[in-house]
Amino acid sequence: MSYISNTQDDKLKMLQAIGIKDGDAEKLFKDIPKDLRARSFNIQPGKNEYEVTQHVKGLAEKNNTRLISFLGAGYYDHFIPAAIDALASRSEFYTAYTPYQSEASQGTLQAIYEYQSAICRLTGMDVANASLYDGGTAVFEATMMAMRITKKSKFLIDSGLNPIHKKILYTHSDNLPVDFKETSDVNKLLDDKTAAIILQNPNFFGTITDYTDIIKKAHNAGAVVIMSVYPLSLGILKTPAEMGADIVIGECQSLGIPLSFGGPYLGFMATKKEYVRKMPGRIAGVTTDALGRRGFVLTLQTREQHIRREKATSNICSNQALCALRALIYMCLLGKEGLKKVAQSSAVKAEYAKNILSKIKGIKLEKTLPTFNEFVIELPVKADKITQKMQDKGFIAGFPLGRFYDNMEKHLLVAVTEKHTKQQIDRYAKALELLLCN
Amino acid sequence: MLPENLKYTKEHEWVKIDNDQATFGITEHAQSEMGDVTFVELPEKEASIEQSKAFSTIESVKAASEIYAPLSGSVTDTNEELINKPELINESPYEKGWICKIKLSNPAEADKLMDAMAYQQYLETLKK
Repeated sequence: MSYISNTQDDKLKMLQAIGIKDGDAEKLFKDIPKDLRARSFNIQPGKNEYEVTQHVKGLAEKNNTRLISFLGAGYYDHFIPAAIDALASRSEFYTAYTPYQSEASQGTLQAIYEYQSAICRLTGMDVANASLYDGGTAVFEATMMAMRITKKSKFLIDSGLNPIHKKILYTHSDNLPVDFKETSDVNKLLDDKTAAIILQNPNFFGTITDYTDIIKKAHNAGAVVIMSVYPLSLGILKTPAEMGADIVIGECQSLGIPLSFGGPYLGFMATKKEYVRKMPGRIAGVTTDALGRRGFVLTLQTREQHIRREKATSNICSNQALCALRALIYMCLLGKEGLKKVAQSSAVKAEYAKNILSKIKGIKLEKTLPTFNEFVIELPVKADKITQKMQDKGFIAGFPLGRFYDNMEKHLLVAVTEKHTKQQIDRYAKALELLLCN
Repeated sequence: MLPENLKYTKEHEWVKIDNDQATFGITEHAQSEMGDVTFVELPEKEASIEQSKAFSTIESVKAASEIYAPLSGSVTDTNEELINKPELINESPYEKGWICKIKLSNPAEADKLMDAMAYQQYLETLKK
């Protein structure tokens, strides 16, 4: 922190005051292993603010932000209306802390309440919580919730679950007594020991499935059904509530949150009313005050960790209020019709892309499976070789599936959104065709 | 005054024993410490419960508290009126606010419980 105006003498005095006699500030961090500590930021000493700004800008310019992206894999490049940044960055929202004190937090609480209501409408479920960290932690929280409901610990994970979320799930449950089985046929492994089946729609490969029958079978076996969904797809797809899902979760990045490396993103969770007390996290509720006025409060607090300590429903006491606010503003700006149009436009453009890509020599494409805005193509060569070459031509070509699946090194996952123009898709297809015929 | 026909635990549950049957609830003291009860999680019928182990959770405006079984056995009946009227626990802890009935598996366990006088004395020690 070179730009805090403390002199060397000031620093020495402060360090000595806290017991570091020789003034070696590094000793403050002795509990952190050396290789985990922040290393040099590679900025030469003695630079002034302007010089440092120029240096950092130069580094930032090395990023190529002009690529046309067909990358999805759970995180999508949808248009973000400018009003979201303007409203969400208002200091009343931006600087607000946890709204425990409802008399001082009506705005934040109302925003959370409205976000929950919007999630309920989108998914068709009865109740939603105030949000979770991201889609991956939401999968984990849903499995813990299913364990509380069923008192069982066997989980069947459909092979279409996002492998990034699956990794997060496994990391979180590493030391917990749970048994995960991955399968492409949950029906087959379903038995009365199953706590839950975990499904995703559209699945990681973009395929849409009506899970109604599978869900019925799971219920008959005494299991609950966890379904991860792509919230924007619900503008046109059958809702998880209509299919009978019990716990609905997902990544809300597509609702007005910019793509970034590592987040912050937004997980959502919604469920049936009968399971509300098994749901983790916080919930904003509406009530009336002593004078009969409408007001908002955090509700079902008695199960959270600041009251229940180690017996709390979850250790996630926090939520993603600011990202949830962005999602709420996005849903409000678009409205029911707008959400439908974005979903439709993404799906129609994806169909167009699928169609022209399928005509390219060397590309194999499964056309019988219905998809939403994402689909898999099989190339004659390794997909990651192609994505590298496509970058030079100005495209992020998609997600090479070989990164997660040993037998899919030639497969590329391609995502299309409402932002893509016909010209862009045509150019993308042309670039790919040229690469493949050379 | 505390009902004389009941036995009590240090965790403030009461039990009424009729031969091999027993009814559980929480005491007047417990309900007044909890405040307004908003939700009672009833045990499942036929569930087997063990003495001193949690078998139910009562949620009040202040906290969600575990309820511990005074005796072991299997659940034969639960007070379903509590689902819609959890406040019965506050209004009538020894009568309408009963939580569940069980068939005892080990009636001798009752020896470990307090009678009304012992529980009264126990409550006095808590006040100090």
